[in-house]
Amino acid sequence: MTSFAPCPLLIGCAAGFSGDRTDAAGPVVDTLIERLAQGPCGQRAFLIFETLAERTLALAQLRRRADPEAGYEPLLDAMLRPVLARCLLHGIRIVSNFGAANPRAAARHIARMARELGAPVPRIAVVEGDDLSSPEQRALLREQLGAKMDGLAVVSANAYIGAEPIAAALDAGAQIVVCGRVADPSLTVGPAMSHFGWRANDWTVLGRATMAGHLLECGAQVCGGYFADPGYKDVPGLDRVGFPIAEIEADGRCTICKADGTGGLVTESTVKEQLLYEVHDPAAYLTPDVTADIAEAEVAAQGVDRVRLTGVRGHARPSSYKVNVCYEGGWLAEGEISYAGARAEARARLAADVLQSRLPGLALRVDLIGALSLFNDDAGHALAATPDSGMRDVRLRVAATHADRAQAERLGREVMALYTCGPAGGGGVRSTLTPRLNTLSCLLAREAVPVRFEMVAP
Amino acid sequence: MNCITVPLYRAAHGRTGDKGDRSNISVIAWHPELFPLLVEQVTPEAVAARFRHRSPSCVQRFVLPRLQAMNFVLDAVLDGGVNDALNLDAHGKALSFLLLEMPIDVPDHLQHLLAGAPGSR
Repeated sequence: MTSFAPCPLLIGCAAGFSGDRTDAAGPVVDTLIERLAQGPCGQRAFLIFETLAERTLALAQLRRRADPEAGYEPLLDAMLRPVLARCLLHGIRIVSNFGAANPRAAARHIARMARELGAPVPRIAVVEGDDLSSPEQRALLREQLGAKMDGLAVVSANAYIGAEPIAAALDAGAQIVVCGRVADPSLTVGPAMSHFGWRANDWTVLGRATMAGHLLECGAQVCGGYFADPGYKDVPGLDRVGFPIAEIEADGRCTICKADGTGGLVTESTVKEQLLYEVHDPAAYLTPDVTADIAEAEVAAQGVDRVRLTGVRGHARPSSYKVNVCYEGGWLAEGEISYAGARAEARARLAADVLQSRLPGLALRVDLIGALSLFNDDAGHALAATPDSGMRDVRLRVAATHADRAQAERLGREVMALYTCGPAGGGGVRSTLTPRLNTLSCLLAREAVPVRFEMVAP
Repeated sequence: MNCITVPLYRAAHGRTGDKGDRSNISVIAWHPELFPLLVEQVTPEAVAARFRHRSPSCVQRFVLPRLQAMNFVLDAVLDGGVNDALNLDAHGKALSFLLLEMPIDVPDHLQHLLAGAPGSR
């Protein structure tokens, strides 16, 4: 007996964060075009870009305040221009959260880009509803967060919304879907829902597609990026590491591979590391679409750079959306100075003592780069417990925050003064002062967050 | 039974992720036969001790036998998380390497499964 097996949906990922490599998309798109040419009639492909982290949206909101036409991914043009015309020509549709704080302006930019490239202007949809700016929504957030929200200079408040409006936009014929704060895996779940006609309560398939999206959403991280460790985890061609492509089947199961002709590797080890990345309870990975469950998941290599994921389950989605509120968090001051040669560590420690005495009112973090820094802690417990190890090339780093800019600025001046007033042989002073953004999280009932899509071009 | 003591990275690999002030660290056996050893020795208590200077408020362990992996979730170890911490590495991206240096005892008959050469870094 032969059974009818619809061909898998291809979803390539060309960015895992804002600031990712802008030459990543080319090989992914080339590979998708090749697969479509060789694959069965009716095969479809999507390209996704994931460009939002916890703070990215607040930074975008600040840019939008300064310029009403800004506030979307600053690298949008650099990421999309190299592949836009080819995607449109070959029917590869694009879904991304690169709209950030201004999806409509991003859509206008893309339409302009298409015209400049001589391509037909695509049907572009924007997804909205994540931005919780209305007075009614702010009042609801105040109810959830309580008094700790009072007095905060709120920069942005966004709900992590899900795949349904993406799928609806695709069903309506959108070739490009521009979102703001949607949950990262929803960029994959939306196309799969639309393509396979899944319902919003098909928990098993949604759970499986969510974990496919989870493997894709950090770009190269499933293909050998954030993995290499010489002698233990060797990665060929890390300088041109490939970005991933998922083949998603009609039942949601997926196989992860990567763009042809690129470096990196896809193995059971790379997939396991990414599968657990930023996961807490593996039986309850919460997204706006589903509660995905990888407690019984398995991975199996299927040849070179191909790994299949099975055993993922799905349960009903949470009844609330997760919301991140970003607010102005005062000023971050950082300063550094280096010491080298005999007793370098002792001189760096002495410089730190001088700064501590000279900067009352600032809670200083002290790091000795080269001896103890990343494994240190803000309170300095680890440093206090670590005797002088005699390191001969040490960079002292101090950091502090203060609500008042003038107070924070004292740090940079005192580090500078170490040139003449500090221990012997200090060199290479650098200091920075940057405005901080802090976040609070809460939950908000789905009913309070109406989501929608709108076709905005042509 | 004779054992040697090796750093955890010879028996397992892993990756750190962060959300807010919470860090998760995966510990994935290099070989299925090494996995029971990890479950026995890399306990939540042992991990909490390894991160003592960061005062985790809670350390949870999730065991995934089909992946030969464990997922550790450490609360309040990031000095407030990416937006609040003063650490250069505010995400705690490096923390898997702090855990992977934990010493573990490996019996003779499993030593050929360890990654890296004896005496290597």
